[in-house]
Amino acid sequence: MTDMQKLYLLVPMAPLFGAVITGLFGRKIGRTASHSITILGVAVAFLCSILIFQDVMAGHNFNGAVYTWLTSGDVRFEIGFLIDRLTVLMMLVVTFVSLMVHIYTIGYMQDDDGYQRFFSYISLFTFSMLMLVMSNNFLQLFFGWEAVGLVSYLLIGFWYTRPTAIYANLKAFLVNRVGDFGFLLGIGLIMAHFGTLDYESVFAKAPSMTMDTIEIIPGSQWLLMTAICIFLFIGAMGKSAQFPLHVWLPDSMEGPTPISALIHAATMVTAGLFMVARMSPLYELSETALSVILVIGSITALFMAFLGMVQNDIKRVIAYSTLSQLGYMTTALGASAYAGAIFHLMTHAFFKALLFLAAGSVIIAMHHEQDMRKMGGLRKYMPITYWCVVVGSVALCGIPPFSGFFSKDMIIDAVRDCQLPGAGFAYFAVVTSAFVTAFYSFRLLFMTFHGKPRMDHHTESHLHESPWTVTLPLILLAIPSMLAGWLYIKPLLFGDYFGSAIVVSEVHDVLGHLKEEYHSASSLDIVLHNLLTLPMILSLLGILTAWFLYMVRTDLPAKIAERFGFIYKLLENKYYCDEFNDFFFAGGARKIGNFLWSKGDVRVIDGFFVNGAARVVAGFSRLMRELQSGYVYHYAFAMIFGLFVLLSISGVLNAWFVKP
Amino acid sequence: MILGMPILSVVIWLPILAGLAVLATGGDRNANMARMIALVGSILGFLVAIPLYTQFNPSTAGMQFTEMVPWVERFHVNYHLGLDGISLWLVLLNCFTTPLVVIAGWKVIENKVAQYMAAFLIMSGIVNGVFMALDALLFYVFWEAMLIPMFIIIGVWGGPNRVYAAIKFFLYTLLGSLLMLVALIYLYNKSGSFNILDYYRLPIGITAQIFIFIAFFLAFAVKVPMWPVHTWLPDAHVEAPTGGSVVLAAIMLKVGAYGFLRFSLPIAPDASHALSGFMITLSLIAVIYIGLVALVQTDMKKLIAYSSISHMGFVTLGIFIFNSIGTEGAIVQMISHGLVSGAMFLCVGVLYDRMHSRKISDYGGVANKMPMFAAFFMLFAMANSGLPGTSGFAGEFMVILGAMKANFWLAFGAATTLVFGAAYTLWMFKRVIFGAIANSHVAELADISGREFLFLAILAIGVLGMGLYPLPVSELMHASVSDLLAHVAHSKL
Repeated sequence: MTDMQKLYLLVPMAPLFGAVITGLFGRKIGRTASHSITILGVAVAFLCSILIFQDVMAGHNFNGAVYTWLTSGDVRFEIGFLIDRLTVLMMLVVTFVSLMVHIYTIGYMQDDDGYQRFFSYISLFTFSMLMLVMSNNFLQLFFGWEAVGLVSYLLIGFWYTRPTAIYANLKAFLVNRVGDFGFLLGIGLIMAHFGTLDYESVFAKAPSMTMDTIEIIPGSQWLLMTAICIFLFIGAMGKSAQFPLHVWLPDSMEGPTPISALIHAATMVTAGLFMVARMSPLYELSETALSVILVIGSITALFMAFLGMVQNDIKRVIAYSTLSQLGYMTTALGASAYAGAIFHLMTHAFFKALLFLAAGSVIIAMHHEQDMRKMGGLRKYMPITYWCVVVGSVALCGIPPFSGFFSKDMIIDAVRDCQLPGAGFAYFAVVTSAFVTAFYSFRLLFMTFHGKPRMDHHTESHLHESPWTVTLPLILLAIPSMLAGWLYIKPLLFGDYFGSAIVVSEVHDVLGHLKEEYHSASSLDIVLHNLLTLPMILSLLGILTAWFLYMVRTDLPAKIAERFGFIYKLLENKYYCDEFNDFFFAGGARKIGNFLWSKGDVRVIDGFFVNGAARVVAGFSRLMRELQSGYVYHYAFAMIFGLFVLLSISGVLNAWFVKP
Repeated sequence: MILGMPILSVVIWLPILAGLAVLATGGDRNANMARMIALVGSILGFLVAIPLYTQFNPSTAGMQFTEMVPWVERFHVNYHLGLDGISLWLVLLNCFTTPLVVIAGWKVIENKVAQYMAAFLIMSGIVNGVFMALDALLFYVFWEAMLIPMFIIIGVWGGPNRVYAAIKFFLYTLLGSLLMLVALIYLYNKSGSFNILDYYRLPIGITAQIFIFIAFFLAFAVKVPMWPVHTWLPDAHVEAPTGGSVVLAAIMLKVGAYGFLRFSLPIAPDASHALSGFMITLSLIAVIYIGLVALVQTDMKKLIAYSSISHMGFVTLGIFIFNSIGTEGAIVQMISHGLVSGAMFLCVGVLYDRMHSRKISDYGGVANKMPMFAAFFMLFAMANSGLPGTSGFAGEFMVILGAMKANFWLAFGAATTLVFGAAYTLWMFKRVIFGAIANSHVAELADISGREFLFLAILAIGVLGMGLYPLPVSELMHASVSDLLAHVAHSKL
């Protein structure tokens, strides 16, 4: 094993080590040792990722196995790493955000009894996520995929005595399992048709199989690639919370806030997008699949943004914002702008983690009050948190020169140039969402930090800025939220950063066109060029509207809600998705289960056949018992009667068969 | 033979002799001695089985460590034993489970301790015999003998409705196996031998094959159990003491699937092909129908019993798609199911010993009082839901891949377990373990003792080890499985 290979191994193993030690011995070694050891583990992973990044930039990719998991027939299932530019970018994002969240947790969870357990879980998450992004095959991808799901389950239900938390974690796991069901079928199709689960071999073989078809529904031929890509994407819909499998994400806010930042905003939910980008050599072969992704992504981007406008829980606003932004990324994938999606994934990871952690800072200051209607005027008490939220919001709205501007604008431009069916709707969706995003972001900012304080006197008297363990990660995340777009747009989107890690076919290459457009432009040119475009104007309008409604005419929102009661109710009830799922899927499965059990098992199989057979035997033997009365004349009568019957029968038979 | 010892015989008879020794301690005055002898005997039983693994030659499909002594010479009946890559793992699983069951019953059983321990030890030896017998009559003797200890275990140490459950169990399985005896006698008449391996080469017409297949099917399907002959299992599990449930789920169910592999497939290959659609349909019904039924159970043991049936559906599915990944997946699934369902029943046992209730609604918030137990239970619940990294995933994954090779919709049906399996397991887990402390009984719960920690930890290591590195398991079965598939592919007509 070379030194680099040892380093690759160290990246996931260091957090795993921390997780195992604190998980098993957390109580013995105490709080300080627990957070030290896990933070050290993640810091090691982050530093190694930087070293690996430099190595990869020097042109050293890696693709190899660590060990063989299983062999069967002529197939080997291996655990291994693929280290290239896409991987290493994800590694950096994951370990950096995770490190920030680890530090933040010291302050956020200090009063919690489950302190060590929490650190163990988030380190375990970091391990799982790293295994997912570093994988070189579908098996390990699925391992990481499900492992992050497990940790997400554990963390949403971290406060396991709360009914809402344990409802939310079960829901999250099951909805994700629905996605994984599709994902596993996709993997199965790959195995059945390619005979391997190794990325490289699959990608090499894929172009020769573009014309292969399979007959899933008898009589209709589907392109194999389309089927594979759509099934894999169903998995991504679960993990990255795309409509209609988005329902788990808002509820996942029941988990502690650091988790909302790390798992349910910055990293885990982007796993699906990462997967699609990683599989770009396959997705490029199926325009149908790309179209599906485009439409699903834009539906999510638009309709989830609407929901953000009416939420009053500070974390839920950010949660719906996350859903909407994930929709943006998915839309970009559908438009074949994979690099754009990954770029937005990165900037979003920074500013959304920032927003969540800042919201967490507000929540601790407010003594775990999350309702924005009971906040207001926090600016003067929490200046650092306030300015961090401003940075995060401005970045999210896509105001130049903050990071979100670059990544979001490029997605909108890419969708505009996209030629696939559904692109028209997608363009409408992403542009409209720009207005909505700006509106709900600034609604949050104004309701929380401006205006008159609306909390009770006791809370107000205790308001103060959070400790440094909380504010330091905020500041460290605010920096890339401001600068990442400006600094990295050129290499990531218009340079050749991704190289061969992402494959885009000629005909879909929307980013290629933009690249020509911006070929020699500097970041400043890009800003100037896009200064007064439609999305930009809509964003500013959104901010103005929020300002008008929540700062100037604060009486208006209630009136609007009343005037458009039906729409307001629809939004407030999240389009009734939960009600539908509860009634149709959860209730339906229980009804069918009850029916099969009480009618099938209990009544028919056991009642009729098994116990029925026993009853027949019992009844028959009772009859037999009655016959054996012990009286001689009964037996004599039976003999004579029997003889008579036998003779009659033989007589009849003779008469019928023998005589004529 | 290892070191001049007939190793297979030792593996069979050592636990049986230990069981007799335990019986000899007599009444409950000597209960502690009975426990000690049982523990030593069961551990020795596992230790003597280890050479089977270390000395096993994975490159050959032939029977290994064979022993043959004439038994009833007039009818060419032999005491004929052997082991291949398929039976090896089942024997090891069985020998591994017995000490755990002894430890699990250590304190809990206070009534007729010697008899209880002896029943399990004798049972362990007999089951080893089932997996190793190469003579059809010897197999049949072991097969039927296996019923007796289990019948006693359920009938004596079981719950309130134990007599109904024990008789249902006994009659169901006995009726199933009667036709198997007829089939074996037919095969003997045809070949003049009771050697099972001779039957593999025996040419049989399709009609006879179908009859033979059906005769075997009834015997094995009841044991697996396959839908619709499964209804004895939930009753037996609910009434059985914890140890009985563990052995029932971990070991007894496997003999049915083993029977398909050892008898049905190679002896009646054409019938197996002809009826594979039927078998696959029943398997998928088990996976889906039973999965839904498990969802609505209110009794923890019943829920796990139904979950067992559903998981065994994967085994029969894997067997009847006739490709190597499916068959190996089926065997891996059997081993995994042995660990996971055994662990699940032990977990329920831990709760039952404290609360004397199996009803889900009597629990809630157990994690508050028993955090260590909750962690173990979580691991096993996740394994039961087929989470990658646990053994539960390996088998299901392989079977789903195998099914996809055969037909998309088979894989589709099988993969629904991803949702249903997680739904019934984790919903139960949520109601029992999570939440606020539900009542005063839960508030008094004490976390697991050292003894309970021991058996749960051993199983946890097994579940994780096999999930993270199943290669050693699968490696040793390649030769035997490909030989079996060659037999299945070779028509006897």
